[in-house]
Amino acid sequence: MRVVDVLLPWLAGTLMLAALGLIFVVVPSEAQMGVVQRIFYVHVPCAWAAYAGFVLVAGASVAYLATGRPAADRLAVAAAEVGVLFCSLVLVTGPIWARPIWGVWWTWDPRLTMTVILWAIYAGYLLLRSFGGEEDAVARWAAVLGIVGVLVIPVIRVSVRLLHGIHPAVLTTREGSSGLADPTMRLTLAVSSAAVLALALWLVRSRVRLAALGASASRLRRELEAREGATA
Amino acid sequence: MVLRTALAILAKDLRIEARTREGLASALVLGVLLVLVFSVAHDAPADRAPSLAPAVLWVTFVFTGLLGVQRSFVLEREHDALAGLLVAPVDAAALFFGKLAGNMLLLGVMQAIVLPLVAVLLHVELWAALPALLVVLLLGNLGFAALATLFAAITVRARAREVMLPVLLLPLLVPVLIGGVKATQAILVAGLAAAREPLGVIAAFDVIVTVAGVLLFEQVVRE
Repeated sequence: MRVVDVLLPWLAGTLMLAALGLIFVVVPSEAQMGVVQRIFYVHVPCAWAAYAGFVLVAGASVAYLATGRPAADRLAVAAAEVGVLFCSLVLVTGPIWARPIWGVWWTWDPRLTMTVILWAIYAGYLLLRSFGGEEDAVARWAAVLGIVGVLVIPVIRVSVRLLHGIHPAVLTTREGSSGLADPTMRLTLAVSSAAVLALALWLVRSRVRLAALGASASRLRRELEAREGATA
Repeated sequence: MVLRTALAILAKDLRIEARTREGLASALVLGVLLVLVFSVAHDAPADRAPSLAPAVLWVTFVFTGLLGVQRSFVLEREHDALAGLLVAPVDAAALFFGKLAGNMLLLGVMQAIVLPLVAVLLHVELWAALPALLVVLLLGNLGFAALATLFAAITVRARAREVMLPVLLLPLLVPVLIGGVKATQAILVAGLAAAREPLGVIAAFDVIVTVAGVLLFEQVVRE
Protein backbone atom coordinates (compact mmCIF):
# COMPACT_ATOMS: atom_id res chain seq x y z
CA MET A 1 0.00 0.00 0.00
CA ARG A 2 1.42 3.35 -0.96
CA VAL A 3 1.26 6.57 1.02
CA VAL A 4 -1.36 7.99 -1.32
CA ASP A 5 -3.70 5.08 -0.53
CA VAL A 6 -3.42 5.84 3.19
CA LEU A 7 -3.92 9.58 2.73
CA LEU A 8 -6.73 9.51 0.13
CA PRO A 9 -9.54 8.28 2.42
CA TRP A 10 -8.61 10.92 5.02
CA LEU A 11 -8.47 13.62 2.39
CA ALA A 12 -11.82 12.52 0.91
CA GLY A 13 -13.38 12.30 4.38
CA THR A 14 -12.18 15.73 5.51
CA LEU A 15 -13.27 17.37 2.26
CA MET A 16 -16.63 15.61 2.46
CA LEU A 17 -17.25 16.92 6.01
CA ALA A 18 -16.24 20.42 4.91
CA ALA A 19 -18.55 20.14 1.88
CA LEU A 20 -21.47 18.98 4.06
CA GLY A 21 -20.89 21.90 6.42
CA LEU A 22 -20.82 24.35 3.53
CA ILE A 23 -23.89 22.84 1.84
CA PHE A 24 -26.13 22.58 4.91
CA VAL A 25 -24.93 25.48 7.10
CA VAL A 26 -22.85 28.10 5.35
CA VAL A 27 -24.11 28.55 1.81
CA PRO A 28 -27.18 30.80 1.34
CA SER A 29 -30.30 29.35 -0.24
CA GLU A 30 -30.82 30.13 -3.90
CA ALA A 31 -33.34 32.95 -4.32
CA GLN A 32 -35.92 31.21 -6.52
CA MET A 33 -35.57 27.48 -5.91
CA GLY A 34 -34.96 27.69 -2.18
CA VAL A 35 -33.49 24.90 -0.14
CA VAL A 36 -33.90 22.22 -2.85
CA GLN A 37 -31.19 23.84 -4.93
CA ARG A 38 -28.54 22.66 -2.42
CA ILE A 39 -28.66 19.17 -3.95
CA PHE A 40 -26.95 20.78 -6.95
CA TYR A 41 -23.67 20.74 -4.97
CA VAL A 42 -23.82 16.95 -4.89
CA HIS A 43 -25.46 16.39 -8.28
CA VAL A 44 -22.96 18.26 -10.45
CA PRO A 45 -19.73 16.88 -8.89
CA CYS A 46 -21.18 13.35 -9.24
CA ALA A 47 -21.75 14.01 -12.95
CA TRP A 48 -18.14 15.16 -13.34
CA ALA A 49 -16.88 12.08 -11.49
CA ALA A 50 -19.00 9.86 -13.77
CA TYR A 51 -17.67 11.53 -16.94
CA ALA A 52 -14.09 11.26 -15.63
CA GLY A 53 -14.69 7.57 -14.94
CA PHE A 54 -15.97 6.88 -18.47
CA VAL A 55 -13.07 8.73 -20.09
CA LEU A 56 -10.70 6.74 -17.88
CA VAL A 57 -12.36 3.51 -19.10
CA ALA A 58 -11.54 4.45 -22.69
CA GLY A 59 -7.97 5.45 -21.87
CA ALA A 60 -7.31 2.25 -19.93
CA SER A 61 -8.97 0.20 -22.72
CA VAL A 62 -6.66 1.68 -25.37
CA ALA A 63 -3.69 0.99 -23.08
CA TYR A 64 -4.85 -2.59 -22.56
CA LEU A 65 -5.30 -3.34 -26.27
CA ALA A 66 -1.94 -1.72 -27.05
CA THR A 67 0.14 -3.35 -24.30
CA GLY A 68 -1.92 -6.32 -23.10
CA ARG A 69 -1.01 -5.48 -19.50
CA PRO A 70 -3.57 -6.81 -16.96
CA ALA A 71 -3.07 -3.68 -14.83
CA ALA A 72 -4.65 -1.53 -17.59
CA ASP A 73 -7.60 -3.89 -17.76
CA ARG A 74 -8.08 -3.72 -13.99
CA LEU A 75 -8.04 0.08 -14.17
CA ALA A 76 -10.74 -0.05 -16.87
CA VAL A 77 -13.06 -2.21 -14.73
CA ALA A 78 -12.51 -0.05 -11.67
CA ALA A 79 -13.19 3.15 -13.60
CA ALA A 80 -16.34 1.68 -15.17
CA GLU A 81 -17.73 0.56 -11.81
CA VAL A 82 -17.04 3.91 -10.16
CA GLY A 83 -18.39 5.75 -13.22
CA VAL A 84 -21.65 3.79 -13.14
CA LEU A 85 -21.92 4.38 -9.37
CA PHE A 86 -21.65 8.16 -9.74
CA CYS A 87 -23.84 8.17 -12.85
CA SER A 88 -26.50 6.37 -10.77
CA LEU A 89 -26.15 9.07 -8.09
CA VAL A 90 -26.68 11.72 -10.76
CA LEU A 91 -29.84 9.93 -11.89
CA VAL A 92 -31.11 9.73 -8.29
CA THR A 93 -30.26 13.28 -7.15
CA GLY A 94 -31.57 14.83 -10.40
CA PRO A 95 -35.23 13.75 -10.02
CA ILE A 96 -35.21 14.74 -6.32
CA TRP A 97 -34.44 18.27 -7.50
CA ALA A 98 -36.65 18.09 -10.60
CA ARG A 99 -39.86 17.07 -8.83
CA PRO A 100 -40.34 20.32 -6.84
CA ILE A 101 -38.76 22.58 -9.50
CA TRP A 102 -40.12 21.20 -12.79
CA GLY A 103 -43.12 19.40 -11.27
CA VAL A 104 -42.10 16.07 -12.77
CA TRP A 105 -39.54 13.45 -11.73
CA TRP A 106 -38.28 12.98 -15.25
CA THR A 107 -38.42 14.69 -18.62
CA TRP A 108 -36.81 13.72 -21.94
CA ASP A 109 -34.66 16.80 -22.00
CA PRO A 110 -31.48 16.19 -24.08
CA ARG A 111 -29.18 16.32 -21.07
CA LEU A 112 -31.27 13.86 -19.06
CA THR A 113 -31.60 11.54 -22.03
CA MET A 114 -27.84 11.68 -22.54
CA THR A 115 -27.14 10.76 -18.91
CA VAL A 116 -29.49 7.78 -18.89
CA ILE A 117 -28.00 6.50 -22.18
CA LEU A 118 -24.49 6.83 -20.74
CA TRP A 119 -25.61 4.88 -17.71
CA ALA A 120 -27.03 2.14 -19.96
CA ILE A 121 -23.84 1.87 -22.04
CA TYR A 122 -21.61 1.34 -19.01
CA ALA A 123 -24.12 -0.82 -17.13
CA GLY A 124 -23.95 -3.03 -20.25
CA TYR A 125 -20.16 -2.92 -20.00
CA LEU A 126 -20.33 -4.23 -16.42
CA LEU A 127 -22.84 -6.93 -17.46
CA LEU A 128 -20.48 -8.07 -20.21
CA ARG A 129 -17.66 -8.28 -17.68
CA SER A 130 -19.73 -10.28 -15.17
CA PHE A 131 -21.49 -12.66 -17.56
CA GLY A 132 -19.10 -12.65 -20.49
CA GLY A 133 -17.23 -15.91 -19.94
CA GLU A 134 -13.53 -16.65 -20.36
CA GLU A 135 -11.37 -13.97 -18.75
CA ASP A 136 -8.84 -12.94 -21.43
CA ALA A 137 -11.44 -12.71 -24.17
CA VAL A 138 -13.83 -10.71 -22.00
CA ALA A 139 -11.09 -8.23 -21.14
CA ARG A 140 -10.45 -7.68 -24.86
CA TRP A 141 -14.15 -7.41 -25.72
CA ALA A 142 -14.75 -5.00 -22.86
CA ALA A 143 -11.84 -2.86 -24.08
CA VAL A 144 -13.44 -2.70 -27.54
CA LEU A 145 -16.73 -1.63 -25.95
CA GLY A 146 -14.96 0.95 -23.78
CA ILE A 147 -13.34 2.53 -26.85
CA VAL A 148 -16.39 2.41 -29.13
CA GLY A 149 -18.49 3.83 -26.29
CA VAL A 150 -16.39 6.93 -25.93
CA LEU A 151 -16.20 7.40 -29.73
CA VAL A 152 -19.97 7.20 -30.15
CA ILE A 153 -20.84 9.44 -27.16
CA PRO A 154 -20.28 12.74 -29.07
CA VAL A 155 -22.69 11.57 -31.82
CA ILE A 156 -25.25 10.52 -29.19
CA ARG A 157 -24.90 13.98 -27.66
CA VAL A 158 -25.69 15.62 -30.99
CA SER A 159 -28.49 13.17 -31.76
CA VAL A 160 -30.40 13.70 -28.49
CA ARG A 161 -30.55 17.42 -29.32
CA LEU A 162 -32.74 16.45 -32.28
CA LEU A 163 -35.31 15.14 -29.78
CA HIS A 164 -36.44 18.58 -28.74
CA GLY A 165 -35.55 20.33 -31.94
CA ILE A 166 -38.63 22.54 -31.91
CA HIS A 167 -38.44 23.56 -28.25
CA PRO A 168 -36.07 26.22 -26.97
CA ALA A 169 -33.55 24.88 -24.46
CA VAL A 170 -35.45 26.15 -21.42
CA LEU A 171 -34.56 23.41 -19.03
CA THR A 172 -30.87 23.23 -19.82
CA THR A 173 -29.89 26.75 -18.85
CA ARG A 174 -30.18 26.17 -15.11
CA GLU A 175 -26.41 26.26 -14.67
CA GLY A 176 -26.11 29.66 -16.28
CA SER A 177 -24.44 32.61 -14.64
CA SER A 178 -27.51 33.41 -12.53
CA GLY A 179 -27.28 30.08 -10.72
CA LEU A 180 -24.19 30.74 -8.62
CA ALA A 181 -24.43 34.43 -7.85
CA ASP A 182 -22.90 34.24 -4.36
CA PRO A 183 -19.12 33.55 -4.03
CA THR A 184 -19.93 31.12 -1.17
CA MET A 185 -21.89 29.08 -3.70
CA ARG A 186 -18.87 28.78 -5.97
CA LEU A 187 -16.68 27.85 -2.98
CA THR A 188 -19.20 25.19 -1.92
CA LEU A 189 -19.25 23.73 -5.43
CA ALA A 190 -15.44 23.70 -5.55
CA VAL A 191 -15.04 21.99 -2.14
CA SER A 192 -17.82 19.53 -2.89
CA SER A 193 -16.27 18.70 -6.29
CA ALA A 194 -12.87 18.14 -4.68
CA ALA A 195 -14.50 15.86 -2.09
CA VAL A 196 -16.38 13.80 -4.68
CA LEU A 197 -13.35 13.50 -6.97
CA ALA A 198 -11.12 12.45 -4.05
CA LEU A 199 -13.71 9.85 -3.08
CA ALA A 200 -13.95 8.61 -6.67
CA LEU A 201 -10.17 8.40 -6.98
CA TRP A 202 -9.93 6.47 -3.71
CA LEU A 203 -12.66 4.06 -4.84
CA VAL A 204 -10.91 3.48 -8.17
CA ARG A 205 -7.57 2.80 -6.49
CA SER A 206 -9.15 0.47 -3.94
CA ARG A 207 -11.03 -1.38 -6.68
CA VAL A 208 -7.83 -1.77 -8.72
CA ARG A 209 -6.03 -3.15 -5.67
CA LEU A 210 -8.90 -5.55 -4.99
CA ALA A 211 -8.75 -6.83 -8.57
CA ALA A 212 -4.97 -7.25 -8.37
CA LEU A 213 -5.29 -9.19 -5.10
CA GLY A 214 -8.07 -11.31 -6.64
CA ALA A 215 -5.85 -12.10 -9.63
CA SER A 216 -2.91 -13.16 -7.47
CA ALA A 217 -5.21 -15.21 -5.21
CA SER A 218 -6.52 -17.20 -8.16
CA ARG A 219 -2.98 -17.62 -9.50
CA LEU A 220 -1.87 -19.02 -6.11
CA ARG A 221 -4.89 -21.32 -6.04
CA ARG A 222 -4.00 -22.68 -9.48
CA GLU A 223 -0.38 -23.26 -8.41
CA LEU A 224 -1.53 -25.01 -5.26
CA GLU A 225 -3.89 -27.26 -7.20
CA ALA A 226 -1.16 -28.08 -9.69
CA ARG A 227 1.20 -29.00 -6.82
CA GLU A 228 -1.43 -31.15 -5.11
CA GLY A 229 -2.15 -32.83 -8.42
CA ALA A 230 1.57 -33.59 -8.82
CA THR A 231 1.94 -35.17 -5.36
CA ALA A 232 -1.32 -37.15 -5.51
CA MET B 1 -7.25 -8.56 -51.87
CA VAL B 2 -9.35 -7.48 -48.90
CA LEU B 3 -12.21 -6.77 -51.29
CA ARG B 4 -12.00 -10.18 -52.96
CA THR B 5 -11.97 -11.99 -49.61
CA ALA B 6 -14.86 -9.88 -48.37
CA LEU B 7 -16.86 -10.72 -51.51
CA ALA B 8 -16.06 -14.41 -51.02
CA ILE B 9 -17.40 -14.22 -47.46
CA LEU B 10 -20.50 -12.41 -48.65
CA ALA B 11 -21.02 -15.03 -51.37
CA LYS B 12 -20.64 -17.81 -48.81
CA ASP B 13 -23.24 -16.21 -46.51
CA LEU B 14 -25.62 -15.62 -49.41
CA ARG B 15 -25.24 -19.24 -50.52
CA ILE B 16 -26.03 -20.49 -47.01
CA GLU B 17 -29.01 -18.15 -46.92
CA ALA B 18 -30.24 -19.26 -50.35
CA ARG B 19 -30.13 -22.90 -49.26
CA THR B 20 -31.63 -22.58 -45.79
CA ARG B 21 -33.70 -19.36 -46.08
CA GLU B 22 -33.75 -19.33 -42.28
CA GLY B 23 -32.37 -15.86 -41.62
CA LEU B 24 -34.56 -14.02 -44.06
CA ALA B 25 -37.70 -15.99 -43.24
CA SER B 26 -37.40 -15.42 -39.49
CA ALA B 27 -36.47 -11.74 -39.94
CA LEU B 28 -39.41 -11.16 -42.27
CA VAL B 29 -41.96 -12.85 -40.03
CA LEU B 30 -40.66 -11.01 -36.97
CA GLY B 31 -40.68 -7.70 -38.86
CA VAL B 32 -44.25 -8.10 -40.05
CA LEU B 33 -45.40 -9.21 -36.60
CA LEU B 34 -43.73 -6.22 -34.91
CA VAL B 35 -45.48 -3.82 -37.29
CA LEU B 36 -48.81 -5.50 -36.55
CA VAL B 37 -48.21 -5.44 -32.79
CA PHE B 38 -47.22 -1.74 -32.77
CA SER B 39 -50.17 -0.75 -34.95
CA VAL B 40 -52.65 -2.66 -32.79
CA ALA B 41 -51.11 -1.43 -29.52
CA HIS B 42 -51.25 2.23 -30.63
CA ASP B 43 -54.77 1.90 -32.03
CA ALA B 44 -54.42 5.35 -33.60
CA PRO B 45 -57.33 7.01 -35.40
CA ALA B 46 -56.86 7.18 -39.18
CA ASP B 47 -55.76 10.83 -39.25
CA ARG B 48 -53.05 10.33 -36.61
CA ALA B 49 -51.77 7.00 -37.92
CA PRO B 50 -49.19 8.42 -40.39
CA SER B 51 -47.41 10.28 -37.59
CA LEU B 52 -46.71 6.93 -35.90
CA ALA B 53 -45.06 5.47 -39.00
CA PRO B 54 -41.46 6.70 -38.47
CA ALA B 55 -41.24 5.31 -34.92
CA VAL B 56 -42.91 2.01 -35.87
CA LEU B 57 -40.57 1.62 -38.84
CA TRP B 58 -37.34 2.23 -36.97
CA VAL B 59 -38.15 0.23 -33.86
CA THR B 60 -39.10 -2.66 -36.15
CA PHE B 61 -35.85 -2.29 -38.12
CA VAL B 62 -33.75 -2.24 -34.95
CA PHE B 63 -35.28 -5.34 -33.35
CA THR B 64 -35.46 -7.34 -36.56
CA GLY B 65 -31.92 -6.32 -37.41
CA LEU B 66 -30.69 -7.48 -34.00
CA LEU B 67 -32.10 -10.93 -34.71
CA GLY B 68 -30.67 -11.11 -38.22
CA VAL B 69 -27.16 -9.99 -37.30
CA GLN B 70 -27.07 -12.30 -34.29
CA ARG B 71 -28.01 -15.22 -36.56
CA SER B 72 -25.26 -14.52 -39.07
CA PHE B 73 -22.72 -15.03 -36.30
CA VAL B 74 -24.40 -18.01 -34.65
CA LEU B 75 -23.68 -19.80 -37.94
CA GLU B 76 -19.99 -18.95 -37.66
CA ARG B 77 -19.83 -20.19 -34.12
CA GLU B 78 -21.24 -23.64 -34.84
CA HIS B 79 -18.48 -26.17 -35.48
CA ASP B 80 -15.94 -23.34 -34.88
CA ALA B 81 -16.44 -22.04 -38.42
CA LEU B 82 -15.06 -18.65 -37.34
CA ALA B 83 -11.79 -20.22 -36.15
CA GLY B 84 -11.61 -22.06 -39.47
CA LEU B 85 -12.04 -18.82 -41.41
CA LEU B 86 -9.35 -17.09 -39.36
CA VAL B 87 -6.73 -19.80 -39.96
CA ALA B 88 -7.64 -19.89 -43.69
CA PRO B 89 -6.19 -17.17 -43.28
CA VAL B 90 -8.82 -14.48 -43.68
CA ASP B 91 -7.95 -10.89 -42.88
CA ALA B 92 -10.10 -9.56 -40.02
CA ALA B 93 -10.97 -6.43 -42.03
CA ALA B 94 -12.15 -8.56 -44.97
CA LEU B 95 -14.24 -10.67 -42.62
CA PHE B 96 -15.75 -7.51 -41.16
CA PHE B 97 -16.65 -6.06 -44.57
CA GLY B 98 -18.05 -9.37 -45.83
CA LYS B 99 -20.28 -9.77 -42.78
CA LEU B 100 -21.23 -6.09 -42.90
CA ALA B 101 -22.35 -6.38 -46.54
CA GLY B 102 -24.37 -9.52 -45.80
CA ASN B 103 -26.11 -7.90 -42.85
CA MET B 104 -26.89 -4.76 -44.86
CA LEU B 105 -28.45 -6.89 -47.59
CA LEU B 106 -30.55 -8.76 -45.07
CA LEU B 107 -31.76 -5.49 -43.54
CA GLY B 108 -32.51 -4.08 -47.00
CA VAL B 109 -34.64 -7.05 -48.07
CA MET B 110 -36.53 -7.00 -44.78
CA GLN B 111 -37.19 -3.27 -45.19
CA ALA B 112 -38.43 -3.79 -48.75
CA ILE B 113 -41.27 -5.83 -47.22
CA VAL B 114 -41.85 -3.87 -44.00
CA LEU B 115 -41.85 -0.37 -45.55
CA PRO B 116 -44.80 -0.94 -47.95
CA LEU B 117 -46.63 -2.80 -45.20
CA VAL B 118 -46.30 0.16 -42.83
CA ALA B 119 -47.34 2.52 -45.64
CA VAL B 120 -50.52 0.51 -46.21
CA LEU B 121 -51.40 -0.07 -42.56
CA LEU B 122 -50.64 3.45 -41.32
CA HIS B 123 -51.83 5.39 -44.39
CA VAL B 124 -48.50 6.85 -45.46
CA GLU B 125 -48.05 8.35 -48.94
CA LEU B 126 -45.01 6.31 -49.89
CA TRP B 127 -44.32 6.90 -53.59
CA ALA B 128 -43.39 10.57 -53.47
CA ALA B 129 -41.10 10.10 -50.48
CA LEU B 130 -39.52 6.81 -51.60
CA PRO B 131 -36.25 8.07 -53.19
CA ALA B 132 -35.49 10.22 -50.13
CA LEU B 133 -36.41 7.40 -47.76
CA LEU B 134 -33.97 5.10 -49.57
CA VAL B 135 -31.16 7.51 -48.67
CA VAL B 136 -32.13 7.40 -44.98
CA LEU B 137 -32.46 3.61 -45.01
CA LEU B 138 -29.11 3.12 -46.70
CA LEU B 139 -27.29 5.40 -44.25
CA GLY B 140 -29.11 3.89 -41.28
CA ASN B 141 -28.38 0.33 -42.42
CA LEU B 142 -24.68 1.03 -42.76
CA GLY B 143 -24.37 2.38 -39.22
CA PHE B 144 -26.59 -0.29 -37.74
CA ALA B 145 -24.86 -3.15 -39.55
CA ALA B 146 -21.34 -1.89 -38.77
CA LEU B 147 -21.96 -1.59 -35.04
CA ALA B 148 -24.06 -4.76 -34.86
CA THR B 149 -21.45 -6.78 -36.79
CA LEU B 150 -18.72 -5.69 -34.38
CA PHE B 151 -20.77 -6.49 -31.28
CA ALA B 152 -22.44 -9.67 -32.56
CA ALA B 153 -18.95 -11.13 -33.02
CA ILE B 154 -18.45 -10.44 -29.31
CA THR B 155 -21.79 -11.51 -27.88
CA VAL B 156 -22.12 -14.69 -29.91
CA ARG B 157 -19.22 -16.10 -27.90
CA ALA B 158 -20.25 -14.58 -24.56
CA ARG B 159 -22.15 -16.72 -22.09
CA ALA B 160 -25.43 -14.81 -21.88
CA ARG B 161 -25.48 -14.11 -25.60
CA GLU B 162 -29.24 -13.80 -26.25
CA VAL B 163 -29.53 -10.81 -23.92
CA MET B 164 -26.05 -9.40 -24.33
CA LEU B 165 -26.35 -8.14 -27.92
CA PRO B 166 -29.41 -5.91 -27.33
CA VAL B 167 -28.03 -4.75 -23.96
CA LEU B 168 -24.75 -3.59 -25.49
CA LEU B 169 -26.11 -2.41 -28.80
CA LEU B 170 -29.32 -0.50 -28.03
CA PRO B 171 -27.82 2.41 -26.06
CA LEU B 172 -25.05 2.88 -28.64
CA LEU B 173 -27.57 2.75 -31.50
CA VAL B 174 -29.44 5.81 -30.23
CA PRO B 175 -28.07 8.11 -32.99
CA VAL B 176 -29.37 5.77 -35.72
CA LEU B 177 -32.72 5.41 -34.00
CA ILE B 178 -33.27 9.11 -33.31
CA GLY B 179 -31.67 10.18 -36.60
CA GLY B 180 -33.71 7.65 -38.56
CA VAL B 181 -37.00 8.58 -36.95
CA LYS B 182 -36.41 12.34 -37.26
CA ALA B 183 -35.20 12.06 -40.86
CA THR B 184 -38.17 9.89 -41.85
CA GLN B 185 -40.56 12.34 -40.18
CA ALA B 186 -38.99 15.29 -41.93
CA ILE B 187 -39.06 13.56 -45.31
CA LEU B 188 -42.70 12.51 -45.02
CA VAL B 189 -43.69 16.06 -44.09
CA ALA B 190 -41.34 18.27 -46.08
CA GLY B 191 -38.97 16.27 -48.27
CA LEU B 192 -35.28 15.42 -48.27
CA ALA B 193 -33.94 18.94 -47.74
CA ALA B 194 -35.67 19.15 -44.35
CA ALA B 195 -33.88 16.01 -43.17
CA ARG B 196 -30.38 17.37 -43.56
CA GLU B 197 -29.59 17.60 -39.84
CA PRO B 198 -30.63 14.06 -38.79
CA LEU B 199 -29.00 12.66 -41.94
CA GLY B 200 -25.77 14.37 -40.93
CA VAL B 201 -25.97 12.71 -37.51
CA ILE B 202 -26.43 9.27 -39.08
CA ALA B 203 -23.60 9.89 -41.56
CA ALA B 204 -21.21 10.92 -38.77
CA PHE B 205 -22.23 7.82 -36.83
CA ASP B 206 -21.61 5.65 -39.92
CA VAL B 207 -18.10 6.97 -40.39
CA ILE B 208 -17.14 6.53 -36.73
CA VAL B 209 -18.52 3.03 -36.24
CA THR B 210 -17.27 1.72 -39.61
CA VAL B 211 -13.73 2.92 -38.97
CA ALA B 212 -13.84 1.68 -35.36
CA GLY B 213 -15.25 -1.63 -36.58
CA VAL B 214 -12.51 -2.21 -39.15
CA LEU B 215 -9.77 -1.31 -36.68
CA LEU B 216 -11.14 -3.23 -33.70
CA PHE B 217 -12.63 -6.31 -35.36
CA GLU B 218 -9.34 -8.18 -35.14
CA GLN B 219 -9.28 -7.75 -31.35
CA VAL B 220 -12.78 -9.19 -31.21
CA VAL B 221 -12.39 -12.31 -33.34
CA ARG B 222 -8.82 -13.18 -32.30
CA GLU B 223 -8.70 -16.44 -30.34
